[in-house]
Amino acid sequence: MTTIPLFHVLILSSLLFAIGFVGVVARKNTLFILMSLEIMLNAVGVAFIGAGSVWQQADGQVMFILILTLAAAEVAVGLALLIRMQKKYHSLDIDLLNQMKG
Amino acid sequence: MLANLTSIDSLFYLAGLVAVIASLKVVTGHNTVHALLYLVVSLLAVAVCFYLMGAPFAAGLEVIVYAGAILVLFVFAVLMFGLGKDETTNAPKHTGLANMLGAMLLAFALLVEIIVIINNADMQQNLQATVISSKTVGIMLYGPYLLAVEIASFLLLSGLLASYHYAKPDVTGGPL
Repeated sequence: MTTIPLFHVLILSSLLFAIGFVGVVARKNTLFILMSLEIMLNAVGVAFIGAGSVWQQADGQVMFILILTLAAAEVAVGLALLIRMQKKYHSLDIDLLNQMKG
Repeated sequence: MLANLTSIDSLFYLAGLVAVIASLKVVTGHNTVHALLYLVVSLLAVAVCFYLMGAPFAAGLEVIVYAGAILVLFVFAVLMFGLGKDETTNAPKHTGLANMLGAMLLAFALLVEIIVIINNADMQQNLQATVISSKTVGIMLYGPYLLAVEIASFLLLSGLLASYHYAKPDVTGGPL
């Protein structure tokens, strides 16, 4: 049992998640949206680790490792898509992607 | 008073504050590279939080994989975007220490915090009592969570294939 109360860990986690969410919603630059997604995934990791340390179970850390793999795959695909977008539009503005092909 | 100041709790709140400030600077930033710098600071602060919550294995993974690998991926992508012209027109006029002072101060606070934790024998003892060892995590990973690990490996493989497919130049052609 750690001395840090779970409530405070959850406050930190939700603060970070809210900051990341605002970034995803408000920013126009796709690179900044990806960075905000990283912050959101990280916030979820904080919640998992905090819960795992309060109940003294390793499951929290296991879930964090799975989130880490998810973040790595997501960033790889996202940045590849961004490189493609930069080649096509010479800009990273997400509003350029508001039309479908069909 | 001093004992209160250097308790695990207050160090956790300080690291959390650093994480929140750095994240705010990431979200509100204008310069891509500066935002990446603050993102590194934010991830390091979260790693310190993990260490204080009794998860040193997760803290190490956070530093190595997040701040080490994923952020380098971001930096390489920024290099490939060829924002050179953008940087020269939009970069602030005064170059020098002032640009990185904020991030350096936040990182310095984290460094001081880590030194305080390592030097304080009482705190080390408290942390050792609450730690979840990496051995337990490894046994969990290859025991009840084996299927999840396999699925994660498939996810990484498909991420690799998809990023190669999307990022390859059009002119080379080929079946993939």
